This record gives sequence, C-alpha cells and structure tokens, in this order.
Amino acid sequence: MTLPDPGTWGALIAILAMAVATYLCRIAGVVLMGFIPLTPHVRRGLAALPGSIIAATVLPLIERLGLAAGIALLAAMGSMILRRNELLALVVGMSVIAGLRARGF
Amino acid sequence: MEEAPAQTSAAGMRLGMRKVMVLVPGVVVFAVAFGAAASAKGLSLIESLLMSALVYGGISQLVAMELWRPEWSWGAIVGLAVVTATVNSRMILQGASLQLWFAPYPKALNALHLFFFTDANWVIGTRYHAEGGRDLGVLIGAGLLLWVVWIAFTGLGYGLGALVSDPRAFGIDLVMPIFFAAMIVPLWRGRRAAVPWVVAGLVALLTAKLVDGYAFIIVGSLSGAIVGAFSHDAA
Repeated sequence: MTLPDPGTWGALIAILAMAVATYLCRIAGVVLMGFIPLTPHVRRGLAALPGSIIAATVLPLIERLGLAAGIALLAAMGSMILRRNELLALVVGMSVIAGLRARGF
Repeated sequence: MEEAPAQTSAAGMRLGMRKVMVLVPGVVVFAVAFGAAASAKGLSLIESLLMSALVYGGISQLVAMELWRPEWSWGAIVGLAVVTATVNSRMILQGASLQLWFAPYPKALNALHLFFFTDANWVIGTRYHAEGGRDLGVLIGAGLLLWVVWIAFTGLGYGLGALVSDPRAFGIDLVMPIFFAAMIVPLWRGRRAAVPWVVAGLVALLTAKLVDGYAFIIVGSLSGAIVGAFSHDAA
C-alpha cells in the first residue's frame, strides 16, 4: 500500500505539516512538566531556564552573524539598562547593525 | 469547577496587548520580510497567509522558504516538518518554563492559548510572571494581537515583494536576538543567578560548532537549567 503522490496539494500539506510540528513544540514542554514532580531542584532549574534559553539562542547567533551583530546587541542591552524600553532597544540595535553593515562590516 | 484564582480577564488581555506594543514594530518588519521571501519563492498569497496563520513562528517560516520547492514528495514534506520542529524546539523549553503558571487552568484552555504562544509573548509573559502577575489574559492578549499583526504584515510584505529585496541590510535577522538580549536586563538577579546563563551560552556555542542545525538551543538551555538546579544558593 502506497500513499498517492501529494501532487497539487503538496504546498498545502507542507504548510499543515509545519503547523502540526510547531503546535506539538508549543504544548510538549507544558505537558511534559505536568508529569515531573516539583522538587526544589526542578524549581531552581526552571528559574534558570528563561535566561538560559536566551543565552543559548543568542550567543551562537552572534558567532554566526559576526562582530557587527555582537556590537548591535550590546548597544541594545546598554539602551535597556539606561531606559528599560524594548522599543528603544530595538531601534538602537537595528540602527547600529544597519549602520555597520552599510559601512561594510 | 474552578477553585484556584486562575484568572483570565479581559482587563488582563488589554494589559497584555499594551505590554506587547513595544515589540510590534519588530514583528512587523519580520512579517514583511517573510511575506517578501514567500512571494519570491512562488507561494501564492493564500499559502503565505495560511502559513503565517497556522505556523506563526517567524524563524521557522523563513527557514522553510530556504527549503521551499515547486513540487512536493512525502519525503520532502516530512523533512520540512522535522526541520520546523528543530527550529521551534525552543518552544518546548519556553512552555516548560511557564508551566507552573498554566497548571491551575483547564487543559482545554491551555491547549487553545498555546496555539498563540510565541517568542514575543513568552518574553512579555515571563517578565509579567516574574513580577508576580498571574492573569493568563496578559499572555493571551499579547499572543492574539501579535498573531493578527503577523498575518496582516505577511500580506503587506507579499505585496511589496521585491521592494524589500535585502532584509539583511536592515538588520531583520537581528530582531529576535535583540528582543532576547534586551530581556536579559529585566531578568537580571545578580551575578550568581547568571552562572547558569553563562554555562548555557558556552555549551550552545560549542554545540553549534559541532552539530549542524538548531540543536544548540536545546542542548545549551538544558545545560543551563541543570546547572541552575544544582547550584545551592539560588535566590
């Protein structure tokens, strides 16, 4: 028994497959944590998780995107320390990266 | 019967929408970039909008455009789903990090609102929750508003198409990293609490060197969480 070829429905099926994969990612962590007992260790691990996700996402990206990206992110964080405004941080970061890239960095 | 003060108020939803406004401009440029990439790759407008509405995950959608093809085999579809899952695997950990907040709510509500769970409302929700907020409406309002913005500006980007030919020049690949880096500031609880973050970053760097793809996010984040779990003087 073989599946018929996706044919003209291919693009639509591909989109649906992406949607299912993404939704499973969205619920998996929440469902999983429902089965893990909340010991003090687990609590501390969860407390460290948001910052860890950020560090683990951003550092390799800087390494991939280059020095200009690193400078832009530092500028955005500096703006955040001074003003606590995410929109301003975004404007600062994007301006720095656009400026540096326009100069060939 | 609900007995826990598991609140989901309209006021909370409005608060979430207000809080997420600062992230809207970033999401707009990202959505425009995706719409333009989709039109360049030959997706129809309906397909582009459908992908934004159903997948609602910016980076995975941009990665999908690099893998998009005119003809689809089942193998290629499965491959795309696997790549999508690895790119979005950070959502597994983001969801886990907020599970304590979600636990008192009905399963059906959680299953529904998690459809709108994404980086930006995770950023907003994490900060709100860390400050003691417990109204789930904040997370839902933020997620819903961004979902509408994401779809609408996908359409605009599709229309503009070639006009935004080089999104990289404007720094669009840096929108999400900037949000994330900026979020470190309000999350800061002193040097000791930042030790797991440093470990997470270094392990992720090393993993990215050794393994292709996006596994570095999961490996790094879990390393940080494990270090956090076994550090004694965590606040």
